[in-house]
Amino acid sequence: MLKLEDINVFYGNIQALTDVNIEIYEGEIIALIGANGAGKTTTLMAISAIIPQKTGKIFFMGEDLRNRSPDQIVSLGISHVPEGRHIFPHLTVSENLDLGAFLRKDKKMIKEDMEYLYNLFPILAKRKNQKGGTLSGGEQQMLAISRALMAKPRLLLLDEPSLGLAPIIVKQIFEIIKKINKESNTTIFLVEQNANLALKVSFRGYVMENGKIIFKGPSDGLIKNKKIKSAYLGL
Amino acid sequence: MEYFAELFLGGLTRGSIYALIAIGYTMVYGIIELINFAHGEIYMIGAFTALIAASVFNFLGFGQITVFLLATAVAIIYSAAYGFTIEKIAYKPLRNAHRLSPLISAIGMSIFLQNYVMLAQTSNFVRFPKLIPDFEFIEPVAHIIGSSEIVIFVVAAIVMLALTFLIKFTKTGKAMRATAQDKTMAMLIGINVDFIISITFIIGSAIAAIGGVLIAAHIGQINFYIGFVAGIKAFTAAVLGGIGSIYGAALGAFVLGWTESFATGYVSSDYEDLFAFSLLVIILIFKPEGLVGKSTAPKV
Ligand SMILES: Nc1ncnc2c1ncn2[C@@H]1O[C@H](COP(=O)(O)OP(=O)(O)OP(=O)(O)O)[C@@H](O)[C@H]1O
Ligand SMILES: [Mg+2]
Repeated sequence: MLKLEDINVFYGNIQALTDVNIEIYEGEIIALIGANGAGKTTTLMAISAIIPQKTGKIFFMGEDLRNRSPDQIVSLGISHVPEGRHIFPHLTVSENLDLGAFLRKDKKMIKEDMEYLYNLFPILAKRKNQKGGTLSGGEQQMLAISRALMAKPRLLLLDEPSLGLAPIIVKQIFEIIKKINKESNTTIFLVEQNANLALKVSFRGYVMENGKIIFKGPSDGLIKNKKIKSAYLGL
Repeated sequence: MEYFAELFLGGLTRGSIYALIAIGYTMVYGIIELINFAHGEIYMIGAFTALIAASVFNFLGFGQITVFLLATAVAIIYSAAYGFTIEKIAYKPLRNAHRLSPLISAIGMSIFLQNYVMLAQTSNFVRFPKLIPDFEFIEPVAHIIGSSEIVIFVVAAIVMLALTFLIKFTKTGKAMRATAQDKTMAMLIGINVDFIISITFIIGSAIAAIGGVLIAAHIGQINFYIGFVAGIKAFTAAVLGGIGSIYGAALGAFVLGWTESFATGYVSSDYEDLFAFSLLVIILIFKPEGLVGKSTAPKV
């Protein structure tokens, strides 16, 4: 479904990604783990074309993503929940959700999807008319995921959804991630520093260090790998 | 009492014009955090375009109201095209540069446009035709208010209502608000941010052109320098109200208009600017974010 071929990204003279190859099949949950500054966010930003200067190729459903603008990428079916959630602070919860469906025209279906998400996250229904900036971290993360789902994506990119949240909220959010993957067959590319958690929900995983993929394979195998255990799982 | 009413209405006229220009400053600032110093020149170009268009339409023998409407339409289109082009050539290439670069580019653009109009037209004041007819119904109060003033209030009110509607309820308006709050996220939900920035420049320029035509028709003469003076005042109004906020720009414009008008009327016209800028300083000391501005929390 998504294929990254030899991606290199530079910030000025600094090389943030070196020959990154990643492949994701339809219906999978794939984890990308790594320490601070490894290049995980950069990888997602390259897919979404927020970082235009890169070499290598990215294919999505057979389409070459080269020279596509961020909005075209969204219209192809890729939604991105960025690190730090990026809720529109002065817009209400329902306006934030509505904007998630910006490129859709099917008004009736949009309404239904919004109701579906309000059922999935009842707290959002309660906060409907509240400004996004006033939500708690966990609520913002739920809103960010819901807003991305409003685009009806085929592939969902999630950048550190557990960041700064209490374990109980994290658990709840990961349950939802699994549910979204199962029920609507949405493929999920999950970036996490919380390697343990990410490897538990994912089918396969990639491990990144200094902009390079250093390990990849089925997640249960990676969990058992001694090097990964000591470096990323803190065991 | 009559004198007070006259000053009040005079302030309202000034305020309306300042508001029409200030909206463009504040909208652009709200979206790309740039003070578009060339915005005053867009207003001036609107007035000059209307002058030329009006002579053509007058020559073709159209009636007074038709000439007014057509000349305004041409001015709007012309100024909007200028605003759009300025963003594309002077600001867009610098979007990722240091914050000061587009500001300097804006000042350069402003000077360039002033000189361009001065050379292409003239450095003297030129007479602007009387585009707005004298309404009969105002006879009884004609000594305190003229028909051009009434047209200015009404048009300014309509423009502000239409703009509020656009921003609150249309899809483009929602995209503008989203872009102003978080550009990266706007892109990630599929908004074409370049397009929204262009639209912002086009709308702001079109509104400034309307202001330019109205004030020129009211005063009866223009020169290449009117954009600079009015631009500074409108910018002051935008800052006074809280730059980035459209409602604030309008409020700031009327407060400034009345301050100037009453200062001129009760003190002396020599003190007009002194009062205007003192007001700005005082407000910024006690409320640095402007009258209705949100205190800008650092973006994370
Ligand atoms: N805009 C930028 N300009 C310059 N360097 C950058 C920029 N963004 C990221 N980098 C650098 O690129 C490298 C990769 O950063 P990236 O944000 O992709 O890491 P990450 O794996 O997401 O880290 P974290 O887990 O802390 O979010 C880092 O060394 C970072 O300093
Ligand atoms: Mg990151």
